[in-house]
Amino acid sequence: MDLAATILVDGLIYAGWLFIVSVGLTLVFGVLNILNIAHGSLYAIGAYAAASMVGAYFALGGEAFPYGSYVAMILAAVLVALVLGPLLERGLLRFFYGRDEVLNVLVTYAVFLILEDVMKLIWGVNPYFVYEPYTLLGDVEIGPLFYVGYDFAVIAAAIIVGLAVWLTLNRTRVGKVVLAVIHDSEMSQTMGVNVQRIYLGAFMAGTFLAALGGALTAPMISVTPGLGVNVIIVAFAVVIIGGLGSVPGAAIGALMVGISRAASVHLLPEAELFIIYFVMAIVLLFRPEGLFAKTQARKI
Amino acid sequence: MRYNLILAAVVAFVVLAAGSVVLPDWAMFLFAMALAKGLVCLGIVGMMRGGVVSFGQGLYYCLGAYTATLVANNFGVSDIFLLTLLSAAVCLLVGMAFGPLLSNYRGIFFAMLSLALSMVLYGSLSKMSFIGGTDGLNIAAPTFLGWAPEGRALQTALYIYVVAIVVIAGTLMRVYFDSERGLITLATRDNELRVEYLGASVRNVMTYNYVFGAVLGGIGGTIAALALGHVDPEFAFWTTSGEFVFVAILAGFLSVPSVFVAAIILELVRSFSNLYFPNTWQLALGIFLLVVIIVLPNGLGSLVKRRKGKAA
Repeated sequence: MDLAATILVDGLIYAGWLFIVSVGLTLVFGVLNILNIAHGSLYAIGAYAAASMVGAYFALGGEAFPYGSYVAMILAAVLVALVLGPLLERGLLRFFYGRDEVLNVLVTYAVFLILEDVMKLIWGVNPYFVYEPYTLLGDVEIGPLFYVGYDFAVIAAAIIVGLAVWLTLNRTRVGKVVLAVIHDSEMSQTMGVNVQRIYLGAFMAGTFLAALGGALTAPMISVTPGLGVNVIIVAFAVVIIGGLGSVPGAAIGALMVGISRAASVHLLPEAELFIIYFVMAIVLLFRPEGLFAKTQARKI
Repeated sequence: MRYNLILAAVVAFVVLAAGSVVLPDWAMFLFAMALAKGLVCLGIVGMMRGGVVSFGQGLYYCLGAYTATLVANNFGVSDIFLLTLLSAAVCLLVGMAFGPLLSNYRGIFFAMLSLALSMVLYGSLSKMSFIGGTDGLNIAAPTFLGWAPEGRALQTALYIYVVAIVVIAGTLMRVYFDSERGLITLATRDNELRVEYLGASVRNVMTYNYVFGAVLGGIGGTIAALALGHVDPEFAFWTTSGEFVFVAILAGFLSVPSVFVAAIILELVRSFSNLYFPNTWQLALGIFLLVVIIVLPNGLGSLVKRRKGKAA
């Protein structure tokens, strides 16, 4: 029983992290129809930016109010979205809309390669540590086990992010316009929607969510080069399981992957490295386009 | 037409084989590796003609490499012909097992499922400490029908071997591409449903393309393992597969020789940018890739076709 509870809690913590990392990917795919490999780099840049911001915050006398470091982390993610979002979307991706899906993957792969080295040029190759925000929330006791409070803050953040994205898409005017653009961008344009602005906004939101994922992770790890490589494939697996472009799908995918990974860590450690892909393969076996895929008409 | 093809194959063999005389050691190794990887990419190009791209061709590259290594280490087989045949056979069987399954998938889902399969292999190999885990395994230098060359002679023999296989595989694939099934593949790329209505089985051609890709991947992996003298699970990692896709896109699906030209270009760009910009070679590679996508969206092969089109 204890083992089951441990697996559940570990799984939820991992799923929360996964969801934040993946939801931006699925959003960008849903609106722009681009599967963005550079999402992993944006995640890593978010981690670096947060490490720098939090470091600067404490260097400037933030000890007096250490909780301000959380604001610094979120600001870092906003900054990344404001700088890189328009640069990538307006500067590059917009020239590839409507082209072959796989070609677009390659374009973002090129961006990924470029950003990997840009990060090294900006932040060097030495690791960054910002442990302060991690220890700030104390420990939580669940039965015989202790968890770090920060881990639960990540779950809370995931829930807030998920609700915010879902409510924005389904309950606001902007969301309705976005859904119209997803459904038929040409028709929306004819009806007077500024489609370009929707694309830009969606990409910036996706960038923000990737950077936020990185920023929230930064206190838990040492921020080093190559951070984004593994994240991107895990995020891909999550959104593919859930069905591309679906926010609830990303949540279900994150939960499935998170809990099966926690189970494998405790029950079958040998499988930890590939359990994610195993789950993905099984899901695709039964649902070839993921759990929440939109049905599409075949063109004759 | 067939005579032209045979003539082209002979010319290609002579030109490439001449490399064994003129190329310095480092370049011969680089070319041999590039051509071995080019074989894997040729398999991807075969699938690309049908509109799908495998992001997990590292699966067969790795499977071929490990099959050769394990057979060589455990059964003392060092003959390169036998090792290549065995790896190709193993990949053929695995390809035939997965092919019918994957032939149901299209677009990004095909890419991701093939990627998942190769990552499962990567994860399994990494955890199998009895065959080296993440460190991988060494494989001894191959023999050629009992002949055991060393030094430059070994390199030359290996290089000529790759060249021969590349020319044979390239010719066979060209014949296949121009065959009825190969042309149905092209039609599938344009419109799958129409092909089905006309009475051809799309699943069938997709399976064939996948199985051919598997065999080519296994052969490429075997040669790469023998040239490097070492294999490790990275052979199946997604960045390895990503590189193969990179070459396939760079080459385009129109021409066979351009696949190997693209593979050589990528190896050259990578080693020189590694040499001259050791800290920013990924940046150089990324920019190069972007330029190619923007300037030649249909790949290097489109240059040849375009010229032919004008002449006609």
